[in-house]
Order: sequence, then C-alpha cells, then structure tokens
Amino acid sequence: MTDGRPFGGDRSPVLDESVRLVFHTVLVLSVYLLFAGHNAPGGGFSGGLVAGAAIVLRYLAGGRAAGAVPGVGHEVLLGVGMLISTLTGVAALVGGTGFLEAWVFDREVAVLGTVKFTGTLPFDIGVYLVVIGLIAAIVDSLGREADTTEADALDPDGVAGREGTA
Amino acid sequence: MSLALAVCAATLFGCGTYLLLQRTLTRVILGIALLGHGTVLLLQVAGGRAGAPPLMSPDTPGSAVVDPLPHALALTAIVITFGVTAFLLALAYRSWSLTQDDEVRDDLEDRLVARRIDAEIERSQAAAERERSDGRPEGDGS
Amino acid sequence: MTALLPLSVVLPLVGAALCLVFSRVRALQRTVTLVTLAAGVGMAAMVLARVDAEGPTAVQVGEWAAPVGITLVADLMAALFLLFAMLTILGVAVYAIGQGADGRSVFHPAYLVLAAGVAGSFLAGDLFNLFVCFEMMLIASYVLITIGATEAQVRSGMTYVVINLTASTLFVTVVAFVYAATGTLNLADLSGRFASLPQALQLAIGLSLFVMFGVKAAIFPLFGWLPDSYPNAPTAVTAVFAGLLTKVGVYAIIRTQTVLGLDELGTFILVVAGITMVVGVVGAIAQGEVKRILSFHIISQIGYMIMGLGLFTVAGVAGAIFYVIHQIPGKTVLFLAGGLVEETTGTGELHRLGGLIRSAPVIAVAFLIPALSLGGIPPLAGFVAKLSLVQAGLSAEAWVIVAVALVASILTMVSMTKIWSGVFWGDPDEAPPLPAALGATRLRPPALMTAATLATVGITLAIAVFAGPIFDMATRAAESALDNTAYVEAVMGS
Repeated sequence: MTDGRPFGGDRSPVLDESVRLVFHTVLVLSVYLLFAGHNAPGGGFSGGLVAGAAIVLRYLAGGRAAGAVPGVGHEVLLGVGMLISTLTGVAALVGGTGFLEAWVFDREVAVLGTVKFTGTLPFDIGVYLVVIGLIAAIVDSLGREADTTEADALDPDGVAGREGTA
Repeated sequence: MSLALAVCAATLFGCGTYLLLQRTLTRVILGIALLGHGTVLLLQVAGGRAGAPPLMSPDTPGSAVVDPLPHALALTAIVITFGVTAFLLALAYRSWSLTQDDEVRDDLEDRLVARRIDAEIERSQAAAERERSDGRPEGDGS
Repeated sequence: MTALLPLSVVLPLVGAALCLVFSRVRALQRTVTLVTLAAGVGMAAMVLARVDAEGPTAVQVGEWAAPVGITLVADLMAALFLLFAMLTILGVAVYAIGQGADGRSVFHPAYLVLAAGVAGSFLAGDLFNLFVCFEMMLIASYVLITIGATEAQVRSGMTYVVINLTASTLFVTVVAFVYAATGTLNLADLSGRFASLPQALQLAIGLSLFVMFGVKAAIFPLFGWLPDSYPNAPTAVTAVFAGLLTKVGVYAIIRTQTVLGLDELGTFILVVAGITMVVGVVGAIAQGEVKRILSFHIISQIGYMIMGLGLFTVAGVAGAIFYVIHQIPGKTVLFLAGGLVEETTGTGELHRLGGLIRSAPVIAVAFLIPALSLGGIPPLAGFVAKLSLVQAGLSAEAWVIVAVALVASILTMVSMTKIWSGVFWGDPDEAPPLPAALGATRLRPPALMTAATLATVGITLAIAVFAGPIFDMATRAAESALDNTAYVEAVMGS
C-alpha cells in the first residue's frame, strides 16, 4: 500500500521495466503524429490520445506516486490548450481572413531548409494539450484519487480525513 | 449500403437500450457506450457505399472517393461520447463512494408526495370507519 | 459583422480557457467571466441591430462554402433569443458571485462553456453543429448540476445526465437518418431538399426531431427528469438552467419544424402542448417547496411555447417567440428570488416560511413582479405573451387549445398564490432553520445577489415596456422563419 499502486497489488518488475522502456518512445510517437497531422493520418487528437496512453501506462506501473505531468495541474494544461486553439481562430479574424481560415507558411529558412506549416498546426497543438489534460484529469480523479480514498478506507489510522479536500 | 454494418448497428442499439433500462449504474453506463457505438456505425452507413480514401489529388475523380463528411461527424461524436463517458464514470464512482451502492435511487421528494397522499387516503378512510362505528362525528380525535 | 457571429461563440470559450488557467485565483476568474459575458451582451446587441436592419446574416467558418462547411447564421429569431439569453446569463453570473456559488474552481469555466454552447446553438446553421453546440452546453450543465457532489446532487444529476445523453444519442441517429435521406445537414439546404422526400419519411424525420428536442425542452411525457434534478442544484445554476436550457430546446424545435414545414404535425403538437401545460401546472400545485413548484412551472410554460408553434401561423409562431423571450429572464428571476428566500431563511419549504413581506420586502417585490407576469396579469410581459398566443389560437379557430391555455393560466396563478401566501404572508407553521427568519426582525439579503435579482426584474419590466417593438420584431422573425427564402439566400447565396 505504501507505494500507492493501483488496486493495492504488488509491483510487477516486468511491467515496471517495460513502461520505463516504452514511455519516452510513445511520447515521441505522439509528437510525430501531432506534426504529421496536416498531410498524413494523425493530428492533435490522435497524438494527444497516444500521449495519454503513455500517461495511463505510467500510472498503471507507478501508481499514484507518479504524477501525470510534473509541475503542471491538469486544469492549466486544459486551459492553455483551449486558449491556443481558440486564439488561432480569433487570430485569423484579426488577420483579416475568415474565422478559423487556414493559412500556409512555406518559406526558405537559413539552416533548416524549406519550412512549411499551416494555420491548423497551432490549433492541433491546442487540441493535443487539451486531450493530454483531459486524460491526466481522468487518471487523477478515477485513478489516483480513488486509490487514495481506498487506501484511507483500508488504513484509517494512516491518512485519515484526506478525502474531504477532493 | 452494407447490410453487415446495419445489422451491427441494430444489435448495438438493442443491447444498449436493454442495458440502459437496468437499475444498476454500471450497466447504464455500458449501455450508453454501446448506444454511442451504434450511432457511430449508423453514421458510417449513412455515408453510402465504400470508396477510395478521401485524400484527393486534383486528378482523382470525385465519384471514386468515399464521402468524408460522415467520418468527420463520427469522429466528433466519438470525442463527445468519450468525454461524457469519463464524466459519467467519475459520477458513478462518487455515487458509489457516497452510498456504497450501485443502484439508481428514486427521487426522495416524489416518494414523500406519494407517502403524503397515501397517509391522507388512510386518514380519510379511518375517519369514515370511525364515523360509521360510533355514529357521531369525531371532534377531538387527534 | 462577419467577425461578430463566430466571436459570440468563441469569446466565452477563450474566457473559459483563461478561467481554467487561473483556476487558483478566484478574483481573476470572476473578472474574466464578467468581462467576457458583458462583451457577449454587447456583441449580441450588435448582431440584433444588424440583423434587424439588413435581414439574416451568415458566416462560413474557415471559408468553406455551404452546405459542406460550418455555417453560423443569425436571423431575427436567433438574434433576439441570443440577446436576452446573454443578458440573463450575465445577471445570473453576478448573482452566483454574490452567493459564492463559485467555490469550486470549475464553476467559471463550466459556466462560460455553457454560455458558448447557448450562443452556438442559437447561431448554428446545420444540424450537426446544433448537436455539437447543444452538447457543449449540456456537458457544462452536467458539471454545474453536480458541482457540490452531494448525495442528492449526484443522484439527481445521474438521472439528468443519462436522460440527456440518451436524447443526444437519438440526435446523432436522426442526423444520420437525415444525411442518408437527403445528403445534407445544412438547414438552409435541407429546407429545399426535404420536400422531395416521400411523405412517410418526412413525417418520420420530423417526428424524431420533435421527440428528441422534446426531451431537452421537457415536453409531456418526456419531462420527468426536470423537476427531479433542477431543485437539487445550487440556486444560480438552477436559475440559469430554468431560463435557458429548455428554451434552447424550444428554439431547436421551432427552428427545425419551421425548416421542415410539416403542417401535418400541427394537431399532434397542439395536443402535446395542451397536456404539457396542464400536467406541469397540476404538478406544481401538488408540491410544497419553492424551487420544486417553480420547476414544474417550467414544464407548464413550455406547453405555451409549443402551442404557438403547433398553430403553424405567423401569429402563433410570433407568440411563441415572444413567449420564449419573456420566459428567459422571467423564469430565471423567479428562481433567483426563490434562492434569496433560501439564502436568508435557510429553507424553501412553504410550511416553514411566512411573513417575509414584513421582514424582507425587497425579495417580495422581486418575486411578485415576475410571478404576476407568469400568471398573465396585465400590463406585464406575460400578459402580452399569453394574449398573443390566445389571439393566434382564436384566429386559427383552435378553440380547445385556447380553452386549455386559459385554464392552465388560472391554475398557474393559483400555484403562484400558494408560494406567495406560504412564503410572504402569514406565519410559519414550523420554525424555520434560522431563528432570524421568524418574521419579527428585518432580514438582510446579500447586496450583490439582490442587485442581480433586481436587475433581472428590470429586464422583465423592460420587455413589458417595450412589448410593442419587441413583439413587432417577433412577428417579423416568425414571418422569416415560416417563409425562409431570405434565410436560405443568406446561407447559400453568396
């Protein structure tokens, strides 16, 4: 119980190690999907879901000790994501085109070569953050918090009275 | 239109509706999830026959391509169902941790109104009975 | 102008995002909410002025032409509803801040998403966007109705969520049917193509849309969830739900039925309307608690709005539109006043209340004016609304529904009298929970809450004062809704 694993079971070394190996790869894949989204299958939503899967994996292995995104609350993640997405639409309005109208940036940049991205990219980044924030919130309320109250119920002397702050 | 998809959608709707009518909360949530899947399939059926992927280059003939709109609609519907199911699960968990029970309860006020009516009927029946047995009206009975 | 329509929907969303970012600083959240909603009111007023002058306006989001792209349309009906909805949302936001209902950091984001969903539902130009905006509004409402996470709220919230979710599933199903049958979801495009469908299919689609929105609007017999779930939420939340959610459902019914133009459904709609009026008001009379009485009233009033539509005449639809307009702030303010009673005395149960006209005359006034209006007493807005509906019914020779409407109106007055004599006159039968509420001492309702309530009363009075011009607009709105050539031109034309 002390290491806060979900359902109070024992740690599984196999799962622990696999998650440690896979976690970063999955995150990189999610970022790839995010950027590939304009011309190929992918995009903010699927990228965010893949990143969310990484977060869920880590929670399953590490339990409530493993924070979803260190240092940032999921509300903030949701908020920033929503802000980026909505402001992309508003920015197009301010720029004189229609609401949410896509624009294309396609130019030679020193060192990097031809750089092309479109107005859908910031929108997708916003969606990506929102999805991660949502999954972090789900893990938080259905996983971590539930584990805590469960632990309280089983071990009332240790951490009594923590439930009310939810 | 594909018959298999239509039959699948119908089955999902049937099972979903059955689960939705249960009193247990977890079954209700599962029912809603099934109903959601049924509607997504139905949207696909509504898109017409299958065709080439809707990633067009200028020389693709428009008629060879599958209608992309239902897919966009389906994706939106999936996202909404996903979010709401997560919320429902959180709510069901909260309900379980409050009551240690998985049943959907009746409205308390409804039951109070029903009980009040029952009590009133009983009282009037009792009064009528007493009146008959005593042969005189009850003045100080309460 | 092309910026105004999308901004009315997106600005509250930007506000909601900011509120999420600032979720630890309540003062900032409050500022963002108030500023955003005030801007929303301003934009709604500009939209109304523009639409009134130049006719329906449409914006294609992302410059994808209709009927493929996302279209936002404002015609006179949508613009009128939008303005009064935004005013009411702003008023209730002030009230909620005064009450301290925003104790949880999720309140402000959810409230603003609700505002965005309401605005989006009024402006949506196609069925699927109507669904998305409706869902946005409903998901926010799920959060708000269970915000305290108490046992009663979770129990009633569960019913509310499950029923609305089932209706939403039905919505997507109907969307799939409409798309399969006509190949379009754009309302303007649909109105052109719908007439060529077989008669039976037309009726099936029209009926399923009516039933599905009927759940959201709480018409008979689909209203069971409403009196169960509304009274348990915090007052500010119940007030904004009472004023808006069912009305957005009514708007969707009026919008879709006028687009489809199925006059054959008229008699059916009138029967449903009549039963809704009577059942709602009889339910109200049976209750013994302020918020529950008012919740049943919502249902009864929905009947009147549906009645206007069921006549399928310009006068009828105009009456329905005016009815919705006066109900949005009118119903809300009754709940706000009921909330003030609860806030100062600690209870809303009639047998534990009494004599508030002596101890809290301000609340009495704030309750009396909208209550009389709801009962249809001249010269208040409710009288104009009911009169116009009755006139429309008489000129359409629908005698039965007129008689039912008049009887239900009298019963409404009876149940309002019940609240009035229980709360404001006489003495409590049992001691109220707070000893100060016995009627002897002067009660002081919180200043900000009272101010917000009185401001909303002001809106209802303004509707009565300007009933002439507003009703004139409602008539033109009904004309353009029933004969939607201008609407179609605005969407498809350019």
